[in-house]
Amino acid sequence: MGPTTLLYDERVTTLPDAEVRGEALWLRAADMHRATGWKLETEGLCRGDACVQVDPTWRDGAGRIDVNAFARHMGQPITRDDSAWAYGESVNTRHDALFSLTAPDFRLPDLDGVMHALSDYRGKKVFLHSWGSY
Amino acid sequence: MWQAIYVELQDQGLEIIAVAFDTAGKAAVEAKIRAADYKERPAVLARLMGWSDELWARQAPPTYPCLIDPGHIVAELYGMRNVPQAVWIDEQGRIVRPTESAGTYDMVPHMDRDTFEVPDEAAARGVAVRNTYIEALRDWVKHGAASRYVLPPDEIRKRMRGPRADDVLAANHVRLGCYLYTQGALARAKHHFNEAVRLCPESWNYRRQAMMLDPERVGELNGGPDFFAAFDANRHLPYYPIADFGTGNA
Repeated sequence: MGPTTLLYDERVTTLPDAEVRGEALWLRAADMHRATGWKLETEGLCRGDACVQVDPTWRDGAGRIDVNAFARHMGQPITRDDSAWAYGESVNTRHDALFSLTAPDFRLPDLDGVMHALSDYRGKKVFLHSWGSY
Repeated sequence: MWQAIYVELQDQGLEIIAVAFDTAGKAAVEAKIRAADYKERPAVLARLMGWSDELWARQAPPTYPCLIDPGHIVAELYGMRNVPQAVWIDEQGRIVRPTESAGTYDMVPHMDRDTFEVPDEAAARGVAVRNTYIEALRDWVKHGAASRYVLPPDEIRKRMRGPRADDVLAANHVRLGCYLYTQGALARAKHHFNEAVRLCPESWNYRRQAMMLDPERVGELNGGPDFFAAFDANRHLPYYPIADFGTGNA
């Protein structure tokens, strides 16, 4: 099996030895951390202040983690194309972020490649305007 | 396109951030926003977009940040399904008007499909809608939270359409399609954009992007037969009404 690429948040990670088996995608714990930011601790899979208890079925005998079982548990959409896998945000996460009325932050490049975050503009009124060349 | 307004209001505390939903990135948008002189662009576009002669004469290449969003991330975060749509965000980072049409009137039903010309009556309506929107924006910049166009939180939430399971799945197909596009896998990228259109048919951003992924069409304004066929086939879907300024908190 060739390398597998995971798209998770803004991360794009290519792993040489992830294993697809049925609905599962097995990652070594260190790779899980690198690809998703979720680290295996004694409390479970943790990222920032959040920890999620690990269901025994998400682990295999070699200590690997099924990232797909974890993502399904989190309500995240999973989309696959051959060896590329994308993980989105759950409906609840998106909904709560928007309906809190705190403007969701993002970081994007301008035409010169300079990165701008919405949060860089705190203290000003922001007219956030979308368009497309099409 | 908002440079005239930016010049007028930036010293009063307004920042404009333009986000282009363009999977082809810089290649698609550069020619459109670094045009040496906007006045060289055909006046037919000004009429389509509702810019008054006075504002059109003041157009110039933008000096506000023009960001490129190949994966349509901001569209997902803010529930934007068409362009141009805009959100107003105050100094504390709070949304004070949710996603809505940014001062545009839907010209597609009125325009000549070969020349893009619109009748005078529709053009006048477009200018009126645009001017109403700009007046509201000026009012907000001047009066801040006291502006009658700042909506109460409950009204903002009422006007927001929350994401559905199909929306987040569609956004994930776009994320994957965008990655495949960068890898040169054009056919696979298109497949995923088309899946996003299927899941979220009311997103004109996804639909128009899906039509414009071919390298020879990047950056082109989609006014061809395929666009109009899609428009005619989707008239039943919810469209994007003119921004409603009738129920402010005044």
